[in-house]
Amino acid sequence: MTLQLYLLLAAALFAVGLYGALSQQSVVMVMMGLELMVNAVIVVAAAFWYFCAPSSPDGQVLVLVVISAMTVEMAMGFAVTTLLFRASDADMTDMAAELNG
Amino acid sequence: MAMLAFLVLAVTAVASGVAVFTVDSMARATFALALSFVAVGGELILLDLAYLGVITVLMMVMEMAIMVVFMVMFMMNPAGLMPMSMLHNKRGALVISAGTFLVLAAGAVTVPWPTRRGAEPADPTRALGEALMGPKMLVMMAVSAVLFATMVSALVLAVAHGRYERPGPPDGDAGPAPRDRLDRAHRDGPTP
Repeated sequence: MTLQLYLLLAAALFAVGLYGALSQQSVVMVMMGLELMVNAVIVVAAAFWYFCAPSSPDGQVLVLVVISAMTVEMAMGFAVTTLLFRASDADMTDMAAELNG
Repeated sequence: MAMLAFLVLAVTAVASGVAVFTVDSMARATFALALSFVAVGGELILLDLAYLGVITVLMMVMEMAIMVVFMVMFMMNPAGLMPMSMLHNKRGALVISAGTFLVLAAGAVTVPWPTRRGAEPADPTRALGEALMGPKMLVMMAVSAVLFATMVSALVLAVAHGRYERPGPPDGDAGPAPRDRLDRAHRDGPTP
């Protein structure tokens, strides 16, 4: 196990998540892409803690913050999805284009 | 042994991440994402982060259990019965994400990362707890305030009548500003 391998894993997860967030039509699937990208951030933060500065807890604290950011993202994302669906029957990103201009 | 575990978990994490966007049912996609998170939790445990690995697994399994309900609510192509493309701009997304992966991977391999400074504490969980209850207390307080604000604002967004329940006049009674008559009694039954 080396830092490079962990970074490569995170890069792969991030790229897959980015593909999903860009290509999916359903709002919920876009959120799953975002979750995968945040997942990659968790891996990177933990790897940097272990392989670069294990004596200070900063990396662990960062992982904790990222995990809570992930839950916040999901809760707010579902609230907005519900609101969007209620307001304009839109469950796809292409249908929510009111601000497009 | 650790290397083997790392490789198995890494392949599982990425493969189930890919499966999220290739399976034809959104419910299956949710479980694939849960599997990816479990594998990442395993990677954290390999890095001696037992506590963070376990909470990642626990939180994400719970999160996906909730998510599957939303998936069923918003499902396109239920159970693969109505085959349809759930994608748009597939080629552009593929190009951008492959490019991102190449740039990140090149950076990961070529950048001279700093060498390991210091040794890990005997019990990383204890070190994390002492940091959060000591010098990193501000982080903990900020996270708790953010989580509370999230609960309130998610509820406010998701309930049908929004932040203020403004009953307004009954249908057909068009006043000058029907939504702003706050002195009216509450209507019976759910707000439309």
